[in-house]
Amino acid sequence: MSEHTQTGEITAAQAAHSEEHGQAHAHQVSYGTYFMVWLGLVALTAVTVTIAGIQLGSLTLITAMLIASVKTALVGYHFMHLKYDNIIIKVFVLVCLVIFLTFWVLTFSDLSFR
Amino acid sequence: MANGTLANEVSYLEYQGKHKGIMGWLLSVDHKRIGLMYLMAILIFFFVAMTLGVLMRLEMLTPGETIMKPSTYNSVFTLHGVIMVFLFIIPAIPAVFGNFMLPIQIGAKDVAFPRLNLFSWYLYMVGAVLAVFSLFVGEGPADTGWTFYVPYSIRSAQNVTLTTMAAFVLGFSSILTGLNFVVTIHRLRAPGMTWFRMPLFVWGLYATSWIQVLATPVIGITLALIMLERFMGIGVFDPALGGDPILYQHLFWIYSHPAVYIMILPAMGVVSEILPTFSRKDIFGYKQIAISSLGIALIGYLVWGHHMFVSGMSDTSRIVFSLLTFLVAIPTGVKIFNWVATLYKASIKFSAPLYYVLGFIFIFSIGGLTGLVLGALATDIHVTDTYFVVAHFHYVMFGGMGIMFFATMHYWFPKVFGKMYNEKIAVIACTIIIIGFNVLYFPFFIMGYMGMPRRYYDYLPQFEGWHILSTVGSWILVSGIVFMFGNLFYGLLKGPKAAVNPWGGTTLEWKVPSPPPLENFDEIPVVTGGPYVHDKPTYIMHPGKEGINTNGGPKTINQEAAL
Repeated sequence: MSEHTQTGEITAAQAAHSEEHGQAHAHQVSYGTYFMVWLGLVALTAVTVTIAGIQLGSLTLITAMLIASVKTALVGYHFMHLKYDNIIIKVFVLVCLVIFLTFWVLTFSDLSFR
Repeated sequence: MANGTLANEVSYLEYQGKHKGIMGWLLSVDHKRIGLMYLMAILIFFFVAMTLGVLMRLEMLTPGETIMKPSTYNSVFTLHGVIMVFLFIIPAIPAVFGNFMLPIQIGAKDVAFPRLNLFSWYLYMVGAVLAVFSLFVGEGPADTGWTFYVPYSIRSAQNVTLTTMAAFVLGFSSILTGLNFVVTIHRLRAPGMTWFRMPLFVWGLYATSWIQVLATPVIGITLALIMLERFMGIGVFDPALGGDPILYQHLFWIYSHPAVYIMILPAMGVVSEILPTFSRKDIFGYKQIAISSLGIALIGYLVWGHHMFVSGMSDTSRIVFSLLTFLVAIPTGVKIFNWVATLYKASIKFSAPLYYVLGFIFIFSIGGLTGLVLGALATDIHVTDTYFVVAHFHYVMFGGMGIMFFATMHYWFPKVFGKMYNEKIAVIACTIIIIGFNVLYFPFFIMGYMGMPRRYYDYLPQFEGWHILSTVGSWILVSGIVFMFGNLFYGLLKGPKAAVNPWGGTTLEWKVPSPPPLENFDEIPVVTGGPYVHDKPTYIMHPGKEGINTNGGPKTINQEAAL
């Protein structure tokens, strides 16, 4: 039915996209790289758990969030292939991160002023 | 697979594809049929929630027990809120009319992901079934109010988990619809339809879709955390376990305040469609209205804290959120002034959709201005958790989105069904609805200012007169609504056939037959001008016949050649 009706219209756009997609993913990532990233994630998790047992006062939250941010960046960059994606995808991810950061700052600044 | 020519020889209502009968609807990926399936479901839930609302008003007719017990009243107002907000107000205009009109208005044959669109409808239905199911299992329906505030929602013995699960699933439906619309608007605009040639309804949907994609996951995670709190006692929100209940309120309102704009932005988009049509002139301040939609969406993200002024939030945050709240009034004001300016010196044709729009501007202005009372710290403390707040959000949500949903039904009814309704009865019903609405909800402002708390089952004798007046208002309102739907239903069955363009509209949906064929257009049209130009055509409906090459999408079309 109507999915068929889309074909004629998006052919040109799809073709252009496929081309970009193909170029963007023309890369080889070694198992070694993935393994090293995974090791990094495990190490950071260990740091998170360790720090949770140390009294850092108001720094606790910031430290935990910083480590979580680094882990998120590693996953996004390597496992989700952001490193190899074209610029528009990176811009969209950046916009999402800015929005998330805004939520976070407004929420947790309340906690620090309470 | 449909034969293109054959598919466009009959309307989408008559088309017989691979599946016949009811399966031809339930398995259809046609955006118009999916829109109508949403309409059916949404109207059922609207009537259920409206009935619950009428029962609440009946209970409040006299002090003490009138028709139900206090615990029943708690569940009734919770269900009224959950069903109205999650099953009617949020999806109504985007899911029904966004689905139906968006592809046609941008000159496309369907949305970008038709199967995902159908999947979104099924998710919506699963969420709805879970919400209904929660009425009959466990210890009874949730009694927390639609906000599910902790710590009560963690400790309530009622069926909170299933209700939050329903909202969780509905959230996914909303996200997928938003994603579909964003991609559709970016990728499937007809050649020549630049961003500032898009109809303003599309702009409203675009702003809404971004909020759906970016804010809805927050409520999903928050509701999931409530379930984890209830089952595993993880202690994120529960103060007894070191959690922070105010964090819950932050997370809840990070979504639920932008959700107010999910509700209202598409409605505002329809206002911007109806006004130029019935004013017979281009809309005043097209770009300002378009950009103000994005402005509302953007600032609307940052004002959630005004729901929490008396929750124990820090003074600094209260001041920041109060300031930000006042900023939302600016893009909203831009829209209102531009709409009124559109009417100035126009050749106005008074018709039911326009009456609804005028009612909307009047009611929404009251809702918006009383919002400033709630956005200001000092006055908010006086009226927090009173009927004043209930009045305010009914003026914004029902008076804004609800009234515009009725306007939208009347405006696009001829296009969707290919039939006309009785105009005179439509105007009478509109008048009854607007009178009933104000008789029902305006006393809430007065009672709230006098100190009547919201969600209370009982009240002091001094409020009785206002409650009686309000309950009578509910009867007037419901009569108007029943009258209105009766008229539309009669029009559907017995109404005269609608012309292609009964209102003299200028956007693309008025260039295709009523009701539209399955594939909307024989050829993808070429757009050569703005959407509300009345004195010259701005679309080439059969570019192939005129030798215009449309390959390459909107960015590569040679505008001069098209002209």
